[in-house]
Amino acid sequence: MSEFFAQFAVPHPSTLIYIAMASIVLGSIALVAIVTYFKLWGYLWREWITTVDHKKIGIMYLITALVMLFRGGVDAVMMRLQLAVPENGFLDAQHYNEVFTTHGVVMILFMAMPFITFFFNFLVPLQIGARDVAFPRLNNLAFWLFFMGMGLFNISFIVGGSPDAGWTSYFPLADNEFSTSVGTNYYMLALQIAGLGTLMTGINFITTIFKMRAPGMTLFKMPMFTWSALIANLIIVFAFPVLTVALAMGTMDRLWDTKFFAIGDGGMDMLWANLFWVWGHPEVYILILPAFGIFSEVISTFARRNLYGYTSMVWSLIVISVFSFAVWTHHFFTMGQGAFTNSIFSITTMAIAIPTGVKIFNWLFTLYKGKIVITTPMLYAMHFIPLFTLGGVTGVMLAMSAADYQYHNTMFLVAHFHNVIIPGVVYAMLAGLTFYWPKMFGFMLNERLGKATVWVMSFGFVLSFIPMYITGLDGQARRMYTYSEASGFSTLNMVSFVGAGIMSISFLMLVWNIWYSFKNSPRDIGSDPWDARGLEWATHTPIPHYNFAITPDVTDSTSEAFWDAKKNGTKLFKGEIQDIHMPNNSGQTFILSIFFFIGGFALVFSMFTLAIISLIGILACMGYRSLEDDHGYHIHKEEVELIEKKYDKEGGAK
Amino acid sequence: MGKVNNNVPLEYSTEENNLKIFGFWTFLGAEIMLFGTLFASYFVLSGRTGDGPTAAEIFEIGPVLAETFILLTSSFTIGLAIHAMRLGSKKATLSFMGVTLLLGAAFISVEIYEFVHYVHVGAGITTSAFTSALLTTLGTHGLHVTFGLFWGIFIMIQIAKRGLNSVTAGKTFVFSLYWHFLDVVWIFIFSFIYLKGMM
Ligand code: HEM
Ligand SMILES: [Cu+2]
Repeated sequence: MSEFFAQFAVPHPSTLIYIAMASIVLGSIALVAIVTYFKLWGYLWREWITTVDHKKIGIMYLITALVMLFRGGVDAVMMRLQLAVPENGFLDAQHYNEVFTTHGVVMILFMAMPFITFFFNFLVPLQIGARDVAFPRLNNLAFWLFFMGMGLFNISFIVGGSPDAGWTSYFPLADNEFSTSVGTNYYMLALQIAGLGTLMTGINFITTIFKMRAPGMTLFKMPMFTWSALIANLIIVFAFPVLTVALAMGTMDRLWDTKFFAIGDGGMDMLWANLFWVWGHPEVYILILPAFGIFSEVISTFARRNLYGYTSMVWSLIVISVFSFAVWTHHFFTMGQGAFTNSIFSITTMAIAIPTGVKIFNWLFTLYKGKIVITTPMLYAMHFIPLFTLGGVTGVMLAMSAADYQYHNTMFLVAHFHNVIIPGVVYAMLAGLTFYWPKMFGFMLNERLGKATVWVMSFGFVLSFIPMYITGLDGQARRMYTYSEASGFSTLNMVSFVGAGIMSISFLMLVWNIWYSFKNSPRDIGSDPWDARGLEWATHTPIPHYNFAITPDVTDSTSEAFWDAKKNGTKLFKGEIQDIHMPNNSGQTFILSIFFFIGGFALVFSMFTLAIISLIGILACMGYRSLEDDHGYHIHKEEVELIEKKYDKEGGAK
Repeated sequence: MGKVNNNVPLEYSTEENNLKIFGFWTFLGAEIMLFGTLFASYFVLSGRTGDGPTAAEIFEIGPVLAETFILLTSSFTIGLAIHAMRLGSKKATLSFMGVTLLLGAAFISVEIYEFVHYVHVGAGITTSAFTSALLTTLGTHGLHVTFGLFWGIFIMIQIAKRGLNSVTAGKTFVFSLYWHFLDVVWIFIFSFIYLKGMM
């Protein structure tokens, strides 16, 4: 009995973990109390948990991403604090391992991924003039699977122990022999469940974009963000199954002693490294391409002109997506694959710089030819271009395989990828968040605070990461929890810690901005406060649940249909209002996901009876769904007209 | 459910079915990657037998030929089911689907026999990297077939209860795509795992 409970204990407890535990428990109790006190359970269930509305599902992704940004951010600050002075005793080696592992996983998979998925959900149907995604219920299921995977991962550090083998989870380090807690089981199963949701998102959006575009919207008239979403989702569908297989094999090695990546009995640890990065490298493009899409929208809006080189923008996306599958071994040049292989991957890696350069130049030409208006989203974009270019240049340095032997697995690498991922992905997400905030919530974020946030963030970023380039070249290894005074790294690491602190302040400023604007911003902003260009601005604010009363027709427009309507007077909404067919909400998907959560948890702890019970639960849900006959419902013409009239009275463009 | 178009086969007649069929093709793209990764891993590991037996030592041609024959026949019968569905014959559709599922069940039975045999001759899933990869690849295919059995039964129940309409026709068609796909995967397994392993 006590043995049974002992397995759930944290293997390396520390005061910090106990504090975190206590605050999580108290926080959850408080949350439940608040929801109960205000009688919000029914509302939550009806309006959010069971929703099939792509806009609401998007917002749920957004909330998840923001919460995870703070969780991963706390990990980051803890790491920088530990490294701020030599021989620091704040975190011990094991705890540091767990922190950089969860930081990496949380940031990439549970922060950046839901952030881009939020944009897919919120924007794509609006940009292509559709009422919803192709499979609304699958969309809800995808969210909940993703959420359950996220939840499973996040309970690891208070129930049984966090993964500690790095976010890349290299074998044999990740095998039972060296990762003795259940942490890596969590990694394998949580990523598996969340990944399933991501794959569903991929299929859903590919279908949506190919099949549900408004009349007249040919592929080469799609808005830039939609293009990037299409390509990113295609990469998802081709890359995620590779991760699925790798994770399944890793799980089996740990739980059932199979020999895929084992030492001995023919097992091959390098197979994991290859499979991981065959997924992992395309994964970074899954993140960065939508970010490019957002920047394209923002830059053309605030340069007040159409994007320079639209066609080359599209083709560079396509070329990047193809190349992204051909560079994976640049992540382990030093792991014994020979000069010839290294040279090939060196060259393919550098080749990616070409289409990326095309995009940078197109943005620059757009700015050059435009009339620039500096708003907060635009400021993010303006900071992105030089910072990201710096990250790109150091990436090419890393791509030189011979030179990589010098700085492989040093802080130089850490500086490089943060240098592309923060100005690239994080800035784009925050730019997009600020840009679309009024469309989502009906008020603008404060511009002065917003711009100050960007400056503080960039300042903190430079201070935090540029020193790492230097210590990295001097040989400071990554994933090391401490270093000696004699190494001479201390000053730069202290600078880096101060930088991380300043970055944290910028994120707090963002939170403050949201609160402040919620309190003080005017609510009569109309439906197009930025004077923007895409179809997503052509509907009301707040967006009615059917998106467009009449499906827009963009036959006479360019890729910026709404702009054409405003400037050239093209008519977007032709014809009469008709009955609108909508899908019903469903709670089954949530229940199904809970079974996945229970099953995942059971497998983490090798409780196979419970795992089988949840498998039966999963199959029962699917069987029930199969026999169900759900035709959705209609919003009648009269009702739509009534809603539209109400909007017209309140003003706002249409 | 949207508009109904009468000039195309029943399964393509609604907007919703069009989306579903397209989505399913996309899903099959993901499945190709899934099995592709399994195959790639198998090839990497197939010679890495540790102290365990090699492929040539454990493969038996008899059951494998039986499996191949059974599964290919079932691909033919599911084709007949779709043909019957297009002709609007509920009874024939149900019969051919039933035959397909029976063949699927027969396939699984032979595969279970085969797995027992492997374990018996000392090639369990934990024996070596080779056996881990072999049994996982075969097992993934086998699980897909097993899942297909349940799925097919549920579709048959609906056809029996509601007849052939755009909803049931769409589901049956998607199921047939799935089933054909599993046969194609099997052909790869047969050629590149068994034949190559026995050479
Ligand atoms: C907000 C400021 C951030 C700071 C100060 C920070 C700090 C760090 C540090 C110090 C490490 C190295 C740990 C080590 O090797 O010892 C690290 C690793 C990492 N970070 Fe961040 N980080 C930040 C944001 C992000 C973001 C936004 C992402 C991704 C979207 C990210 C992804 C990663 C990954 C993947 C690793 C590698 C983990 C590993 O070595 O296994 N970080 N971070
Ligand atoms: Cu890479």
